[in-house]
Formats: sequence, C-alpha cells, structure tokens
Amino acid sequence: MKYSYFPGCSSEATGKTYDMSAKAVCEKLGVELVEIDDWNCCGATSYFSARELLSFAISARNLAIAEQMGPEDVVCTCNSCWTILAKTNAYMAESPHLAEEVNDALAQIGKSYSGSLKVRHIAEVLINDIGVEAIAEKATRRLTGIKVAPYYGCQFTRPMGGDWDDFEFPKILDGLFEALGATVVPYVMRSKCCGGTMMLTAPEGALKMCHDLLQCAVDDQADAIVCACPLCEMSLEGYQPRVNSKFGTSFNIPVMYFTQLVGYALGCDPKDLGLDKQIVSVDKVLASVPA
Amino acid sequence: MAELTTTAQKKHLHEVFCKDVMSMPEGSKIKQCQQCGACSGSCPTGYLMDRGPREVIAAFRAGMIDEILKGNTIWMCTSCYSCTVRCPADIRITDLMYELKRLAIKYDLIPRDAKAPALTKYFIDSVQKHGRNHETEMLSKFMATKDWSLGPKFGVMGMKLFAAGRMPLTATDIKGKDEIRKLAEYVESKEVAVP
Repeated sequence: MKYSYFPGCSSEATGKTYDMSAKAVCEKLGVELVEIDDWNCCGATSYFSARELLSFAISARNLAIAEQMGPEDVVCTCNSCWTILAKTNAYMAESPHLAEEVNDALAQIGKSYSGSLKVRHIAEVLINDIGVEAIAEKATRRLTGIKVAPYYGCQFTRPMGGDWDDFEFPKILDGLFEALGATVVPYVMRSKCCGGTMMLTAPEGALKMCHDLLQCAVDDQADAIVCACPLCEMSLEGYQPRVNSKFGTSFNIPVMYFTQLVGYALGCDPKDLGLDKQIVSVDKVLASVPA
Repeated sequence: MAELTTTAQKKHLHEVFCKDVMSMPEGSKIKQCQQCGACSGSCPTGYLMDRGPREVIAAFRAGMIDEILKGNTIWMCTSCYSCTVRCPADIRITDLMYELKRLAIKYDLIPRDAKAPALTKYFIDSVQKHGRNHETEMLSKFMATKDWSLGPKFGVMGMKLFAAGRMPLTATDIKGKDEIRKLAEYVESKEVAVP
C-alpha cells in the first residue's frame, strides 16, 4: 500500500523519533510512504491566529503538490498537522467560495488543488488499512506485562476524526496494544489537552495540565505513556522535571510515540526507532519485554 | 496596545467580526447560541480566562468586543476543540477564537501581558523565511524578547534534546520558500486595510 507522507516541521527536530519510528513500522508492514515533494509547514495554530486565507493557502500548497504526485491518501503523523490539513480539505469541500479563494492564491504560484485527496492520521491508517490482526501476526516480540497508558491528545479526533473514532474517548490504539500483548490501562485523561505551546506563553496553565496527565498515568500504574503527537510527547516527556519542581512530585515515567513501541514489537532495531534518543530512559520498559 | 476609544471604532470592529464570521464555513451558526455553557464547562483553560467562551459570545452580543479583546480569554485558548465538538448548536467556537485573535493582531489590540501573540509572530516569521518552522530559532527569539527566565528552565532539557539530535541549530529551507512569500504577499494585497 502506498501513501503520500506529510512529515511536518517537528519531524526535523523534537519529533524526530516519531518520523523515524513511523517509517520503520511502515517498512516492516510493507507500507510505502512517499514524502510530499518540498512540503511546507501546515501553518499550525499560528497562521490561523493571524491570517485566515493565508493559513488555508499554505496548507493547501501541500495538498496541491500531493495531488499532482498521485491519488494516494495523504498521511500525517502529528495530530496538529493532521487537523490543519484535514480541516483545509474539509472546509474547501464545504465552501466553494473558500475553495475558489484558495485556488486564486495558489494560482499565483502556478498550483491548484481540486479537493480529490483524503487526509488521514497514521494511527487510523495502520489500524483500518493494515489491521490490528495483521500487525499482531507480524510481531516478533510480545509486549506481555507492559502496562501502557494510551495518550491520544486533543486533536487526535477533535474536530476532524469523528468518523473513525470518538471525539471524547478515542479507543483505536487500545485494541492495537492489546493485540500486541500489552495491558492497556483506562487512562481517562486520554484526550485532554497537554497545553502545547502554552508551556512557553502561560506555563502555569500548561504545567498543571501536564501534571494531571502524568498523575493519571501513575494512578493507573502505567509503565509507559504512548503518544500520537509530537507536542504531547514533548510536553509529557520533556517537562517532567519542571512539573516535579512546581508540584513537588517525582515523575520519571517513560513517554514514547506509539509507533516506537509498535516498532519494537515488530522487531525493529531500537536505534531505528530512536528509542535511544528519549529524555526519560525507556530501557526498563523494554527490558521487561520477554525475549 | 492600541485602544478602542470611540463608539464608531467599536461598531466598526463589531461589524468586521460579523462579516468575517458569516463568511466562514458554518459561521452563521453563532446566531443559534443559547448560552448553555457547554463550551465553558469543557474548556481545559477556562479557569485561567477572564471570561469563558460562553461569556465571550454574550459579551459580543452586548456590543462589548473591546472588552473581550482587552481580556486574556482568546490567548488562553489552546485550540483543543473540546468546545467545538460539544456545542449542541454546532457552533465552531475554536474558529471564533481564531477570528478574535486575528482581529486583535490586525488592529493591534493585544493586552500587554499576553505572550502568545509574540510566539505566533515568531512562528510565522520562521515559516515565511524557511518554508518550515525552525523550532530552535522560534524559541530563541521568544526567549530573548518575552521571557529570559525560560533559558535556565529549559536549559537541561534543551541540552538533552540537542545531544539526542532533536534540536538542530540550522534550519531546512524548502526549495519553494519564495512561493510561501508570494502567497503571503498576494493575501495581503487582497485584505482590507485597517482604517
């Protein structure tokens, strides 16, 4: 199976291990990811906060290039990229007026987008197109004994994912990790916001959000939190020391991308999954996987 | 921060907001707000806001757009879309927050202590320059102008990320970065100037 891949800006920085592990997992499963040629930033929340038409236009530049490359679905790893590209796609389909305005802008750079593509999240692609059973069959390591807290993040289904999972309580990753032998803890905070860039602009709010998310995983006795978004992963992994100094806690819980743990189960080399690049060591979790 | 002093200025901004919202997909749904408060009750940062999203809509209806923009509400919105998916009237509240942010930026109505607009600016500057956001560049500019104390707070984490190759010092420029600039210039040429 073949897809057009949109890596997103964080794939070159803090989210590098998401990109590495997503590619490694896809290779194991025979999924071909063709990177969108010369892709640009999706625009994220920043462009929407400043210029509406420009945000749709720069987002649509990626869709225009992908459409020219082929009819394959566009796949995103980052929740935010997926939300922005899927929103651009959906709003252009809903509003012919907007589609015309965006295409007038794209015409300035010799491009156009007819709206023929689907934009999808990699988690949904792996589970719905490849299938939980097919993935579990290819696993060479059973994740028996590992308690996983699946942290989906706010923009995993909200607002664009309602047709394949729940807005409030997404569950698709639960079934995947159960099939791979792990124990999935309830993790009722699974779709709550981590605060994202609020860690820079209003840290008092974001630190509380991270604290509550980490505490929930600890209360559930999780061995690791798995994420589907680079902002979530950064918040929960990178800011544990700051949460600890603010709240007097002693969190030291491994946080990984879901693709890193799936890749490990599929027998990928931990280095290819970037498991040696985590800030909170994941060695203890991996060591508990039966050989 | 500029001030909206005259009734005419407030009326103008009120009308711009209405016009922009009505042209957005499903924008006219705002008329159906029954003030149920599902949005404010769902908001993870509502407790930090001067007024929650329900009250923002009420204040707007009362002609108080200047008061809304003076407060911190819109800059505390993280775009988590909880309100949007829960609204029983299908009002896309996150989109309304974006529209208010855009007006605040365009009309220079940003509260002095709001730091989010600066991060927005540095993010966009980076993308306009490279075609992609260079996280390290954006972060350094933000720290230098808005919050020096972040340096020591992020120091250890930053070094660990750098050592792991997750915080590159150089940016990747896309081949089509001029296209991003052209798109911005075109959109700017189409916009109505601030009176």
